[in-house]
Amino acid sequence: MSGAPSSALSSAAAPVSRSGGTRRVLPGFNLTLGYTLFYLCLIVLIPLSALVFKTFTLTWDQFWVAVTAPRVMASYRLTFGASFIAALVNLVFGLLVAWVLVRYKFPGKKIVDALVDLPFALPTAVAGISLTALLAGNGWIGQYLEPHGIKLAFTPAGIVIALIFIGLPFVVRTVQPVLEDTEKELEEAATSLGATRLQTFTRVILPSILPALLTGFAMAFARAVGEYGSVIFIAGNMPMVSEITPLIIIGKLEQYDYAGATAVALVMLVISFMLLLVINALQGWQRRRSAT
Amino acid sequence: MSAPQKVIRRARAGTTEAPWVRWTLIGLALLFMFLFLVLPLAAVATEALRKGFGAYVEALKEPDAWSAIRLTLITAAIAVPLNLVFGIAAAWAIAKYEFRGKAVLTTLVDLPFAVSPVVAGLIYVLVFGAQGWLGPWLAAHDIKIIFAVPGIVLATVFVTFPFIARELIPLMQAQGTDEEQAAIVLGATGWQTFSRVTLPNIKWGLLYGVILCNARAMGEFGAVSVVSGHIRGQTNTMPLHVEVLYNEYQSVAAFAVASLLAILALVTLVIKSVIEWRHEREMKAIAELPPERPQPATAA
Repeated sequence: MSGAPSSALSSAAAPVSRSGGTRRVLPGFNLTLGYTLFYLCLIVLIPLSALVFKTFTLTWDQFWVAVTAPRVMASYRLTFGASFIAALVNLVFGLLVAWVLVRYKFPGKKIVDALVDLPFALPTAVAGISLTALLAGNGWIGQYLEPHGIKLAFTPAGIVIALIFIGLPFVVRTVQPVLEDTEKELEEAATSLGATRLQTFTRVILPSILPALLTGFAMAFARAVGEYGSVIFIAGNMPMVSEITPLIIIGKLEQYDYAGATAVALVMLVISFMLLLVINALQGWQRRRSAT
Repeated sequence: MSAPQKVIRRARAGTTEAPWVRWTLIGLALLFMFLFLVLPLAAVATEALRKGFGAYVEALKEPDAWSAIRLTLITAAIAVPLNLVFGIAAAWAIAKYEFRGKAVLTTLVDLPFAVSPVVAGLIYVLVFGAQGWLGPWLAAHDIKIIFAVPGIVLATVFVTFPFIARELIPLMQAQGTDEEQAAIVLGATGWQTFSRVTLPNIKWGLLYGVILCNARAMGEFGAVSVVSGHIRGQTNTMPLHVEVLYNEYQSVAAFAVASLLAILALVTLVIKSVIEWRHEREMKAIAELPPERPQPATAA
């Protein structure tokens, strides 16, 4: 648990403690750390441990059957597949939006910059019903697509669209500050050595923002995997076709299958925890890259 | 990072693109933003006003809508201050001291961000639900947590847990401990040091965290949906009420309540941008101070 990402975090925090020998001269260490640990245990760790203990009431076979049932497997494929495609779209367009916001001037730029965070601020249920209204057969966008046989609402494609919306700010907001800090001198050097603009981008700029880009991608992916509110309105929620994993958990809960719901939830929790460690490692990489 | 950064303007020849490339990229970015951000917002407004302004107001006057609004406000009013106190305590402990296991603690604080909202709701059902650890004891003492307001508050506290701590930790780390140590040496108590030295330094970051925490607290859907039980007029928050109305094909009413949440989101974005612009101005002002005396006159 405290492998590479932790060491990356502590090395980043190290320069802060300039006080050296006079440390802990400030009062409040026991109080604040004590309260932090107490509140963390009460709100997060004890309830999460309930998930693990509840799963232990199942035998291994019962657990395995619950998490590999065909309907559950189909939901993993959909959830991870749709999240991956959505994060990939956000990787490309997030980079584009960050690039345009950092490098170019155009009217209304400040408003566009502020609007990037809308998916963080807009409740997911609102996003869900408004995207559904847009893409349904009589919606502003849907009415032009359906005559051509393109159905987005109530299909897996609709899920991808909702997940693009949800994950949109992550890549922009991780790449933007790094792009602002990149040194123009390197680009000038590349140009004066005869590189074309495209070569400069792929060989000089892209490597320097790669860790941030991947961090944003992983964050958007992690968020999309757990997303529920915006997806259920647009998905259609057909078993085996457009039913996401969080919905499987809700469905099992509604049938009072607590053990089954817990087993699937544990699988999701382990995956989210692994994603969190990957994100931490990527952030450590970015910090080392910008420190040198 | 705290070193003053001068913007050096130099000849940009060779480090920018041809105008047609520039405008194509700007156009593509704006088209993407328009399709994914502006159109959904416009759709909420249009759908809410589809049957005129009168019908819109009528939908909001409904008693169930009012009780949903009230419950949402109560939930945020409890969850945000709880996470505010935690955020300040956690940031003080993590940013001002060195101790073993700090990196693990920082990761654990972020953990709720990584957990699916549905799983967040489920864990409280496992602790407090009828089949849960404390279920029999709670039933014997006639205390309702799941399918009642306390469960909704708990689930909301969980999903908004890291917001304020996460905003404050890097900010307080960057500021270091010199100013606080000076205050202590000059005889200030711990509380005086916090309220007169630290608080003025972190006020914008604090406010930033609070408004983002508040927006998520009022808008949370998945976690709250699991623990609420969807009792109309009693345990429906605004997002849950939107779902109920939508599933009953009361489209105008659903989008009317949704429009209030969209307005909340826009107000959040405006406050957030104002804070960012102010902060940028302050940083610029500090950067322009003569290098001999880098102290801004904050503790007036």
